[in-house]
Formats: sequence, C-alpha cells, structure tokens
Amino acid sequence: MTAPLLELRGLGVSFGGLRVIDGLDVHVVEHEIVSLIGPNGAGKTTVFNLITGVFKPDEGDILLDGQSLVGLDPHVITNRGVARTFQTLRLFLNMSVKENVMSAQYGRTKSTIVESMLQLPRARRAERQINAVAEEKLAFFGERLMGYRWNQPAYSLSYANRRRLELARAMATEPRILLLDEPAAGMNPVETHEITELIGKLRDEGRYTILVIEHDMHVVEGISDRVVALDHGEKISEGTFEQVATDPRVVEAYLGTAATTKK
Amino acid sequence: MSTGAPPTPPPAAGPQIGVDEWVRRSGERITGPAGLPGHVKRAADRTPPFVLLAAFVAVAACIPFMTSNIYIQGVATDTMLYVLLAVGLNVAVGWAGLLDLGYVAYYGFAAYLYAALSGSRILTGQVLLADWPTWKVVPVVVGATVLLGFALSLTTRRLRGDYFAIVSLFFLEIFNNFTSNGDRWDWLGLGGTHDLTGGTTGLIDTHPWRMVGHSLLNYSRDYLWVALAGFTVIAVALTYANRSRTGRGWRSLRDDPLAAEVMGSPVKWLMMLAVAVGAGVAGFAGAVNGAYYQQVSPTSFSFQLLITVYAMVILGGVGSLGGVVFGAVVVNVLLEVLRFPNYAGWVFYAGLLIALVAKVRPWRLLAAVLGGVVVFGVVVNAIVGAVWSRGVHGPVAVGADSFTQHGFRAAVLHHWLVLPKNTYEVADYHIGNYAYVLLIAMVLTLTVVSGWKRYALLVPTLWLAAFVWETVLIEQSPTTRPLFLGVILIVLMTSRPAGIFGTPRVEVV
Repeated sequence: MTAPLLELRGLGVSFGGLRVIDGLDVHVVEHEIVSLIGPNGAGKTTVFNLITGVFKPDEGDILLDGQSLVGLDPHVITNRGVARTFQTLRLFLNMSVKENVMSAQYGRTKSTIVESMLQLPRARRAERQINAVAEEKLAFFGERLMGYRWNQPAYSLSYANRRRLELARAMATEPRILLLDEPAAGMNPVETHEITELIGKLRDEGRYTILVIEHDMHVVEGISDRVVALDHGEKISEGTFEQVATDPRVVEAYLGTAATTKK
Repeated sequence: MSTGAPPTPPPAAGPQIGVDEWVRRSGERITGPAGLPGHVKRAADRTPPFVLLAAFVAVAACIPFMTSNIYIQGVATDTMLYVLLAVGLNVAVGWAGLLDLGYVAYYGFAAYLYAALSGSRILTGQVLLADWPTWKVVPVVVGATVLLGFALSLTTRRLRGDYFAIVSLFFLEIFNNFTSNGDRWDWLGLGGTHDLTGGTTGLIDTHPWRMVGHSLLNYSRDYLWVALAGFTVIAVALTYANRSRTGRGWRSLRDDPLAAEVMGSPVKWLMMLAVAVGAGVAGFAGAVNGAYYQQVSPTSFSFQLLITVYAMVILGGVGSLGGVVFGAVVVNVLLEVLRFPNYAGWVFYAGLLIALVAKVRPWRLLAAVLGGVVVFGVVVNAIVGAVWSRGVHGPVAVGADSFTQHGFRAAVLHHWLVLPKNTYEVADYHIGNYAYVLLIAMVLTLTVVSGWKRYALLVPTLWLAAFVWETVLIEQSPTTRPLFLGVILIVLMTSRPAGIFGTPRVEVV
C-alpha cells in the first residue's frame, strides 16, 4: 500500500461540551475517491472544516503527504494543496464568473501590489498565467461556463452552474486533494448524473485525489473507491460501497434499530 | 367560437425564458438607472478609463487659466484634496469592504509630519524639527503613513464589520486627542513637558513645497497642479492594482472573507494592505494639505471631515474610482455654493423642484401641488400681511450678513412668503426656530401618511420649508451644510443605494 496523501490521525474536536469529532482515523491515497457519508449532524462538514483550518482540532493530527496541517492558516493549507467546495455555496457573488476562478490563483502567483501598479514584467506574467489557468478550469465544464458567461456576475448563474463554478474555483487553487461538500445537493436527477460523471472525470483527467461528502447514495455508489461512514463524530464503518451499505451499524445510524429486522 | 383545431403556438418571437439566449442577453435587460444619470453612466462605461482620467486632469489643470479668481482656484484645490481623500478611502471601503472610520487620522498624521519635517513653528515661536527639502519630505511622509496604516491595521486584522469600524474610529479619536494635547507631552514623567504638536492651535507657518529651486507660493494654483499630478499617478496605479491579483483578493474578501481565505488568499494581509494603500493616498494628500493651508491643526482632521469624505464616496458610488471622483467634486462644490445665500437659494429651490418632478407623478398631480404651493403662499402672505404688516416685508438675505429689499427674489418672496423683518430680533428669531421644529415634524408625518393626504400635506410642508430656508438656514451655512449632506444621503439611500456610479451589489441570492 502506498503512503496516504491525506491522513487524519485520532482527530477530535469539541464545541463547548459537545463532542463533535472523536478519535477519527481516515486516510486517502493518491488518485483515490473516498466518500464520507453519515446522517445529518454526524460531523462530516466539521471534518472538512478541520482539514482546511477553519477550525482547529483539540487533539489528533492531520497530515498532507506526511506534513502536519494543524495550526496553519486556511490559506496556507490551501497553498499546500487542499481545496474545497462548500455545502452552502460561497461564491463571490458580485465578481464575474471568470474573476471568481481567477481569485483562486492568488496563492499560486507571486507579483506584489507595487509590481502590479507599475505593470512590471512579473505582474504581467502573473496576470497571463492567472487568465490561462482560469480559462482552462472553466473549459473543464464544457460549454456551460464559457464565452459570454465569463463576464457575467456570479449571482446571475443558475444553481447548478454555481456548483460548477465553485468546483472550477477550487480547481484553480491547483490542489492535490479536492474536498467536495455535497456536490450534488439541490441538483435534479440529470444534473446529479452529470456530477457523478464529472467527479470520475476529475480523477481520471484532472488527476485529483478526492474526498467527497455526499448524501445521494447513487452518486456515492457510482464514484467511490472507498466509503467511510460517520455517526456522532465517530467512524462506524469503512470499506467498499457494498460493505458499508450493508453494515448493520450504518443501517442503524440511518434508519434506527428496527430497520435491521426489516432487512 | 371554437374551430376545433388546436391553436398553433406563435413562433418564438425573440429570446425565451429558460433558453440560454435569454441568459446571455440578461445584461441588456439590466438597463441601470434611467434618465440622465443612466445616459451619463452608460457613456462613462463605454469610454476607456484612462481617456476619462486624461480629460478630467486636462480640464482641472486649466482652471487657473480659465479664471484668475483666487477664490475659485482655491475651491478647485480644496476639491482636488477631497478627490484624493475619496480615492484613498475607496480602496479600503469600496474595494476591500472595510468600514475604515479612522481614515482621516492618516491624513492628519501626514499633514503634521509634513509640517514637522519641512519646517513650521508653534505659536510661541519655537521652530520644530527639520527643514528638509520637499523631494525628501514627501516620500518620507507617504512611506511613514503607509507604515502607520500597516501598524494600526495589525491590531484590527482579525476584526470584521462593526468591530473593525469601532476600533478604527478609536484611532481617529486617539489622533485628535494626541494632537490637541500634545503640547504638554511629558515623556512618561521623565523631566518637564514638551510641546510636540502645538496643541489646539497646531503648527503654523509651514513651509511651502520647494521644487527645482522654487518655492510653490502661488498657493491656489501650484497646489492644484501638485494635487492633480499626484492624483494622475495614484489613479493609474490604483486602476492597475484593482485589476491585479491583489484587487481581486480585495473584492473576494469583501464578498466572503471565509471563502477568500479558504481559496488561498491571505485575508488578514489583504485587509492590512487595503488600509495601508488607502493610508498612502491620504499621506500624499496630507503632505499637500500641510503646505497648502500653511498650518495644521486638530480641527482640520475632525470626525466631520470623515463624514464628508464618506458622503462623497457613497454619493459617487462605493467601489467605482470614477464615481468617487465625481462624488468628491459634486459634494465639495455643492457645500461651497451653500456658503453664499444667493447661489444657495438656487440650489435649494432647484433641488426641491427636481425632487418633485422625479417623485410626483402624473404631471397633473405635480401641477396641482406646485399650484397649491403658490396659492397657499399667497393666501398666507395676505393673511399675515393684514394682521402683522412688518412680518411680510422683511429683508432677503443675499450674503453672510447682507440683506436686500429689492430684486426679483425679494419681489417674489414678499408676495408669497412670510419674512419677519429682523431675524436677529429675539422674538422674530424664535419664529424661525419653531418653524424648523414644525418642519421636521411635518416631514416625518409625510413619510407615514399616504394617498391624497400626503399630497395635501406636501403643499404646506413645501411652503414651510421655503420659510425655514429663508429665515434660518440660508444664513447658517455651518449648520446647513451637514444638513444638506444628510438629506442627500437619505434621498440616495432610498432611491439608489449603490451611489450614482456604483454597481448595485447582491448580498443574498
């Protein structure tokens, strides 16, 4: 087994008296798609917030390629190669579609404000690079975010396109691992199917490693190399989709105890 | 009359909802402000920004050739200082979305530093500090102000929104306290007190800018050009900065600081940078201020200045460089006009008329209201004239302390308004004050009644407004000026919150 790209070791965090994550061990190997499932309130999004540095863990360690991410500022973690999307979309609504993606290149370019003011070569080079990366990432979604849409404000996009744009923005930080928080939430069946294919394409063509939170079990089944199930902040099951989906503890967490007899 | 055959839908005339074409053309349907402001805005959008900048600078630079009136040249120079301030404030407020209430402190700091470094004295005669040449002083002042911006924002870098606003306001208060009381500085009790800032009188006789062997002594003209030259460089630099990765970083943190941080932008650093860049612009303006006014004092850097600059930025359109320049010019020229009762009257009546034309529809109603105001005034004038004849023949104010009984305005007012003879006579003076309070009550009532009652009440309210204007406000420009600013902001808030040239922002979708 190769060394994991992302590894959570005995991760724990409490908010006040509430133990939200407790002794969580998860690892993600390079070019793998791991799904994080669990009932509402299981702590899935909190795991993302811990990895990206929005919250600081009380105990345990988060390793990216063997290096700890604990205690770093979110933007430093992003520049180390972790990018995420948000369950409740957090686009820069008043910026244009293209600018949303361009803004994510901040950490990948170096020119200072003085160089930009004077239009020195390094600033021009950086702008060219930012433009090229943004156009490349937007092109990943076919026609949907191309052409005239570049200059439209993000708030003018449809819900599904906003999800795509957020994904493009995350890709523009040039991450090694993508954390997708419910990418299919609020999508209709056709769009959900599209997202499933897209996540596969992200891994195969984009060469990303992906950790995804998803409620739609069709999506989870379609994309996952491995599934990790959480409940009350603890890992209750791990394995292939079939293994986890049939695990009595997972069924119990989702449906309650009576359901096991029904099955 | 059914024919039996299903009606064939008409062929799609133009774009339809749900079709991509509809989305593509959504921009065309957002027409922006209607009427004249809309035309101006669309024309401004079409013109490249640097062409606008060149045109503005060219026109402004020619003002000294167009008029030899020192007063007008002075107003132009004041206005350019305001333009610089508004442009600098726009960086933190408009681009990065930080409500920086300490901004004027940077301006004041720079002016004081200029005075201290280039030579000035306190009232008691002691010459302060250095006598540096201008080419050395200005970079040092700007650099020091940028550093001060970094230093102060280091303490606020974790704060957002209201918290940031309150703490930054605190910086302005500290600055004013320090400069007002800096004449008794006692070095933490280590021997004697020293005069660092000249106290409430400040530093006087500051030396002018000296460039290529000449002192800039033609104050109104030379400092207009200096400010314009600085503005040109600053506007170009800021335009490029706004288009760069830093500018996008500012805009992204304005929309969603958490998302910006998680997407790899160092939000705390970008916040500090926005404050410091704005401070740098204020620093340059301060270095011009210190020389141009030939003195610096704490009262020049008050909270009221802050509010004025904010009004300029808000009026012009937060976040739009051209907009805030426009706002600064309009607000300062307007405030200047209000100093002169003759011109102020035109501004007042024209403003009322424009507001009525814009808000009262249809035109029949407008005509009724205007006719009602005329008739109401004539009737009241006749009644008051019959009972208290001197009440309608008072003099009309035309200057700060000058009055007239003649001319068109006086003739109209004598038949329409009530003018107590001498507003300085205590009893008459109170009439104006009571009327003022009554006017406020009536305006507030106007906002809560609706339908015909509103228009019926509008007639006496307009007349009373004219009465209050002619008897009280016209002579009290220190009060009238902030009052006007307040009215402008309230009207703008209800009609166009984004400002005249601002882009309306969407917060939640």
